[in-house]
Amino acid sequence: MRKGNVTGAKALLKALEAQGIEVIFGYPGGANLPIYDELSRSPIRHVLVRHEQGAAHMADGYARSTGKTGVCLATSGPGATNLVTGLANAFMDSSPLVAITGQVSRAMIGNDAFQEVDITGITIPITKHNYLVQEPWELPHVVEEAFYLAGSGRPGPVLIDVPRDVQQEEFSPHQAKFPQLEGYNPTLEGHPGQIKRAAALLKGAQQPLIVAGGGVYQAGAVQALRLLAEKADIPVIHTLMGKASFPNSHPLCLGLLGYHGRVAANTAVSEADVILAVGTRLADRSTGPLGTFARQARIIHVDIDPAEISKNVPAFLPIVGDAKGILIQLAGLLPPAKRAGWRARLEEVAAAHPLRGKLKGVSIPNILRLLRGLVDDPLMVTDVGRHQIFTAHYFPVDSERSFISSGGLGTMGFGLPAAIGAKVGNPGRTVVAVCGDGSFLMTCQEVATAVAENIPVVALVMNDYCLGMVKQLQDSFYGKRHESCRFGRNVDYARLAESMGALGVRVTAEGEIEPALREALASGRPAVVEFVLDEPANVYPMVTGASLLEYVE
Amino acid sequence: MRHTISILCDDTPGVMTRVSGLFSRRGFNIESLSVGHTELSGKSRFTIVVAGDDAVLEQVRKQLQKMVHVIKAWDIKPLEAVEREHALIKLEVEERKRAELLEVITAVQARIVDSSGPVWILEVTGETSAVDSAFNLFAHYRVLESIRTGKIALERGHSRMMKGQRG
Ligand SMILES: Cc1ncc(C[n+]2csc(CCOP(=O)(O)OP(=O)(O)O)c2C)c(N)n1
Repeated sequence: MRKGNVTGAKALLKALEAQGIEVIFGYPGGANLPIYDELSRSPIRHVLVRHEQGAAHMADGYARSTGKTGVCLATSGPGATNLVTGLANAFMDSSPLVAITGQVSRAMIGNDAFQEVDITGITIPITKHNYLVQEPWELPHVVEEAFYLAGSGRPGPVLIDVPRDVQQEEFSPHQAKFPQLEGYNPTLEGHPGQIKRAAALLKGAQQPLIVAGGGVYQAGAVQALRLLAEKADIPVIHTLMGKASFPNSHPLCLGLLGYHGRVAANTAVSEADVILAVGTRLADRSTGPLGTFARQARIIHVDIDPAEISKNVPAFLPIVGDAKGILIQLAGLLPPAKRAGWRARLEEVAAAHPLRGKLKGVSIPNILRLLRGLVDDPLMVTDVGRHQIFTAHYFPVDSERSFISSGGLGTMGFGLPAAIGAKVGNPGRTVVAVCGDGSFLMTCQEVATAVAENIPVVALVMNDYCLGMVKQLQDSFYGKRHESCRFGRNVDYARLAESMGALGVRVTAEGEIEPALREALASGRPAVVEFVLDEPANVYPMVTGASLLEYVE
Repeated sequence: MRHTISILCDDTPGVMTRVSGLFSRRGFNIESLSVGHTELSGKSRFTIVVAGDDAVLEQVRKQLQKMVHVIKAWDIKPLEAVEREHALIKLEVEERKRAELLEVITAVQARIVDSSGPVWILEVTGETSAVDSAFNLFAHYRVLESIRTGKIALERGHSRMMKGQRG
């Protein structure tokens, strides 16, 4: 065994400090205590969560709201497996995360020791990369590489598993030589020839359309996209992940596309002759049935990940690279244009198909409408279910990184912890989590974290006493047989919040909505507002047929 | 369609799990897989034979290429490559069929690499189809055990990998 003056745990913390890490979301246990012991001497803030899934979602919310890589920490065995949902969630939505787990000591690995689990094996499919650290002197390099991988190219979660004795072992820091990452060279510059061809294609288009995904905001390309769209007068629709990739109130914005998309957006994608899809996987929620998706269009697909090109939808013209540079170049090549006919056609569809949610009573659309009147430019985080889609439709956001939602994995329970992470990264902004009652109960213990750590987020619990999205599916496709989707009336969310030290308010009448929201927003404390909804209203439009144009609204 | 994929990667612990796991995860059945060291220190090379259409193949190739330890993944066109497979076959030789068996061995260019009394181990090397025919012929005798390595393949002349086309 090498002896020296630095332990593995200290080297790990130093490496994290060198990365400029300001906060770690974590939970201790036997296999990571040496790291915690070092943490007590480090300037890095630690947020003690109440469940490791919360730690991963907080790191994720922090990452999505700041663009910086989020960090979470858990012990071996159950601590590590509790991170799994959070890692899968971050992986699906390309969120940069570094997860650190304790592992049993090296000599015990493979013996089914107490709290041993093969977390690197388990997380291969849901991480961008992972490491089982074998020697303490590897740690500085591994940490540096992990952050580089998590944050570069297509971002994603990276896991570092550190055996307890590696954390404890001393070594003398030295400049060890490590092999280069020969196989990892993300393409950043778009191919100039392809960009020229794309410009020509867009120039010749009669009915061009932009589909904006989450990759746009991740690449810091929101402004670039806007300039391009305005200059060439091209309508924009967005995926759920791409909601904050284009100002929602902009006259060119036609809203969400896909399975729960706006009729105008789904019409646009069906009638467009050239589509510029940027930073989107064109995943099934967005495309609907593939056989009928965008049949008229030649698709220019811009993505940083070559494996996304033509994975789901064949690209006519692929451009691999960083969206920002590509969009700036593309905008430079495009002449200014006016597309009165095409835009009028889409505006006509939009006017004929307004959102039909109820803007009265205790309904989600009405609550969101009133909330908008009370707070300027909040950071909106959602859980998963009908309230998520309602928020996507009824709460326009116009600034960057202002809408965070679990898109690819659709993880109930994401909302509250992600909002806490976002608030840690944006202490000056109002952060609102819009939750369903089902989703909220999955991670509601993190209210205690918010209180203990003084992280004033506002959680709105849209209580319809049921798993609304499940009910909606059962209404449409299972003969209204509502098997296992109703909750009893046994949870009082305001009191639940109060029992953990947060502000809790319960709203049962329309007149109480605004005062309750005002109180929660002004309290400066973590707050939970329960809205007892008038009825468990379904969310529309919803695609029900073999194409995006067969829907119920 | 059957495809042969070649993968040059760092020889790190777990790389085998990562590579093979990707195939099963993306719904690709591996027909054969062989892996070993190369002329480059610290590098391994896989040759993997899979069935699937071109689009799926391209997707798997790109997903492989994305793995941090994969330096290059590319498909090998059979006509542009030398392909070999190696097999060992253990037979129990019946005295009355011995002469006939020796003729078959010569015909398929197999070699006797061990004879422990009546039990012989034969070795066959060749393209997959040649090894297949040898197996078919030896099936008429008393085969005790047999094993195949799976295919390995190198492109003729300067390969795409050597030209440094990466990505
Ligand atoms: C962890 C998890 N389990 C199950 C589901 C399936 N699911 C999707 S939406 C939904 C209902 C969500 O209910 P709620 O949070 O109350 O929101 P609502 O739809 O009522 O607005 C369920 C069960 C899921 N997305 N995530």
